[in-house]
Amino acid sequence: MSDESTYYVPEQSKYPIAAATGFGLMAYGAASWVIDSSNPYILILGTLVMTVVMCMWWNTVITENMQGLANAQLKHSYVLGMLWFIFSEVMFFAAFFGALFYLRVIVNSWLGGDAAIGIFDDTPTDAAVANNELLWPGYQAQWPVMETPDQAANGDAAIFKGPDQAMSFPGWSNILSWLPLWNTAVLLTSSFTVHIAHTGLKNNNRKQFVTWLGITVALGLIFLVLQAEEYIEAYQHMGLTLDSGIYGTTFFMLTGFHGAHVTLGTIMLMVAFFRSLKGHFTNDDQFGFESAAWYWHFVDVVWVGLFLFVYVLD
Amino acid sequence: MAHGPATLADGWKAYISRWVFTTNHKDIGTLYLWFSFAMFILGGAFAMIIRAELFQPGMQLIKPEFFNQMTTMHGLVMVFGVIMPAFVGLANWMIPLMIGAPDMALPRMNNLSFWILPFAFAILTSTLFMEGGGPNFGWTFYAPLSTTYAPESVNFFIFAIHIMGASSIMGSINIIATVMNMRAPGMTYMKMPLFVWTWVITAFLLVAVMPVLAGAVTMMLMDINFGTSFFNAAGGGDPVLFQHVFWFFGHPEVYIIILPAFGVVSQIIPTFSRKPLFGYSSMVYATAAIAFLSFIVWAHHMFTVGMPIAGELYFMYATMLIAVPTGVKVFNWITTMYKGSLTFETPMLFSIAFVILFTFGGFTGLMLSIAAADMQYHDTYFVVAHFHYVMVAGAVFSGTAAIYYWLPKWCGKMYNETMGQVQFWVAFIGFNIAFMPQHFLGLAGMPRRYADYGLQFADWNMVSSVGAFIYGGAQIMLLFNVIMTIRKGKPVVEDKVWEGAEGLEWTVATPAPYHTFEKPPLYK
Repeated sequence: MSDESTYYVPEQSKYPIAAATGFGLMAYGAASWVIDSSNPYILILGTLVMTVVMCMWWNTVITENMQGLANAQLKHSYVLGMLWFIFSEVMFFAAFFGALFYLRVIVNSWLGGDAAIGIFDDTPTDAAVANNELLWPGYQAQWPVMETPDQAANGDAAIFKGPDQAMSFPGWSNILSWLPLWNTAVLLTSSFTVHIAHTGLKNNNRKQFVTWLGITVALGLIFLVLQAEEYIEAYQHMGLTLDSGIYGTTFFMLTGFHGAHVTLGTIMLMVAFFRSLKGHFTNDDQFGFESAAWYWHFVDVVWVGLFLFVYVLD
Repeated sequence: MAHGPATLADGWKAYISRWVFTTNHKDIGTLYLWFSFAMFILGGAFAMIIRAELFQPGMQLIKPEFFNQMTTMHGLVMVFGVIMPAFVGLANWMIPLMIGAPDMALPRMNNLSFWILPFAFAILTSTLFMEGGGPNFGWTFYAPLSTTYAPESVNFFIFAIHIMGASSIMGSINIIATVMNMRAPGMTYMKMPLFVWTWVITAFLLVAVMPVLAGAVTMMLMDINFGTSFFNAAGGGDPVLFQHVFWFFGHPEVYIIILPAFGVVSQIIPTFSRKPLFGYSSMVYATAAIAFLSFIVWAHHMFTVGMPIAGELYFMYATMLIAVPTGVKVFNWITTMYKGSLTFETPMLFSIAFVILFTFGGFTGLMLSIAAADMQYHDTYFVVAHFHYVMVAGAVFSGTAAIYYWLPKWCGKMYNETMGQVQFWVAFIGFNIAFMPQHFLGLAGMPRRYADYGLQFADWNMVSSVGAFIYGGAQIMLLFNVIMTIRKGKPVVEDKVWEGAEGLEWTVATPAPYHTFEKPPLYK
């Protein structure tokens, strides 16, 4: 609720309309680009406008804060804004996780012809059996889907082909060469290191804060490098691509969006790191860092879900 | 700007930059409302084209391909361009006034949320002029119609939806932050006006489901352009997956549209009944209950898709549950009027019509929720009639009521009551002539989204088209009425424009000054 100091309401701002223009250009440009890949120019222009505006906008917000314009109430608005933004991100991933569960559990058994009537009766329904026999004869429900229904029914004439190899748990003997495990270790560690940095800031221990924040950024970058390596391996050695059936689809979309969010989180932490070198943030004024840290914990939690449902559980 | 907002007298440049660069919640509210009305005319024009073509059987005016684009664009524009922005505009104007806040919590982001919309709708509308035409797969854009068989312009549609969604999420976060953080001292949650309550719950729904819509269109984008197989069984996906993801967004979406309308009506009926709202806390809980239930009933839109019987039964019973909190609301509105000292000014007329017609639409919804019966009703004009009763007589009527109710506070002029009441009756009669017959058409088996129909449907289609044009005319009267009020309306001087009105928004001067509550008021 309001306190007595005045809430800072800027009179006018040129940033929003510039951002909206950049955003509109990005949308129009992205659509033009997917239709005609030789025309990425509008998209690039929009992205540039957007990047410049965002840098300027946040710069202004930081400057305002350092001038003391942001009272406690305004800072709380920023906190609420960030938390609800993270919630919206959670829901974005929920859509993809929901799709994954539905595809793995329900769709797969329908295509394979063993979808049952209900929880207490596992006799396949006639419809499911017919679905399999008439449309996708020979398809066996399986996860990861190595042979797509298209391949089962049409053999080499199939358009949708499964991967040669999946990224799933390779067995205990090969576990040390399994990149996802290392990625998990790196990302989970980074959640601890960012927490150590946070504790350092709260206790006015600047050295601890800056050092561990730097380590977190480094871990974020290592994660991204490892994921790039994983993708290269998938594309070059495992025949696992974005278009290799539903396994490739869900694998790359889920890990890809997660990777995009890690990239964003790393950039946020990096900005916080450079600001911390300039002496920004105190134990009672640290929204910029704290929001990046919350975001980082969020991408970490998403990764745990990914690790379980995309990589480990068959 | 110590001298207040720029007017036309300050020159064009200053005037335009006022609106483009503004961070003022009242300016942004006004922008939202005018944008919404402009889109209302566009979406209405699409509807008129549809009804003109359906006036007689056979193809008279347009080609079937274009008809499909019209039904699609009509739905998209009305849902995303008219009703949602209209209520966001009302929220911008009224929430800070109602809770005693100096402005919205994040004023610059507020401006960004609005200015994304003109770009989004420019992109969406431009698809109509593209090769292969605009989106033609219905506003629900089911795969594979919207993927495998879609025109190329679907990519523009997808990105337009993306930025609209971003706009909605930012707008909603702003509303949540405003309500949670900016209430005046003494304005506890359970003292907030119901319009604020319904909006904060709506904002929560929006933040929860707009990202899911973004997910759905992203999957489409990938399927169309990058060889994924989310919605293609050949690769191990399923077109039904699209429907699940879409309706997980889509069902909360229809409550996003109607909850703020509940809020508006809950402000107006007590004012003209000169009694406090009956059962305030039960209204709050009912709103929350409806919002919660909206997340767990989505597949009632998919009864005919081939779900297992257990799924059909679950979604049927869960859907019927919604009638309980909705019934609580209708009961409370009626009980508020009971033994009240009623007068029937235009906002009240629209609100009473809302209660009656929304209840009617709610009952047809209850009919549709019966899975077995839905096998007959599904995708017929009965469904079209049902959702126009709740969206037009629900959301649009309450939006109109809100405009008449708060217009004097906004511009300091009183609208012409006679003109308002005439507009109400034209709208009310036109609406019912347009949509009541569609129930009969649907029950007789006329499918929705068809450009042509059998002879047995001719009479009621003709009646429906006549009604639609009358209803369209009523909107021109509304526009005329609003413009006349702003230009030549009788000045209002009282802070409390309506005798029976309660709340902080009636304690500020009329017209509402550019900046209000710079020092928070103490609310008792």
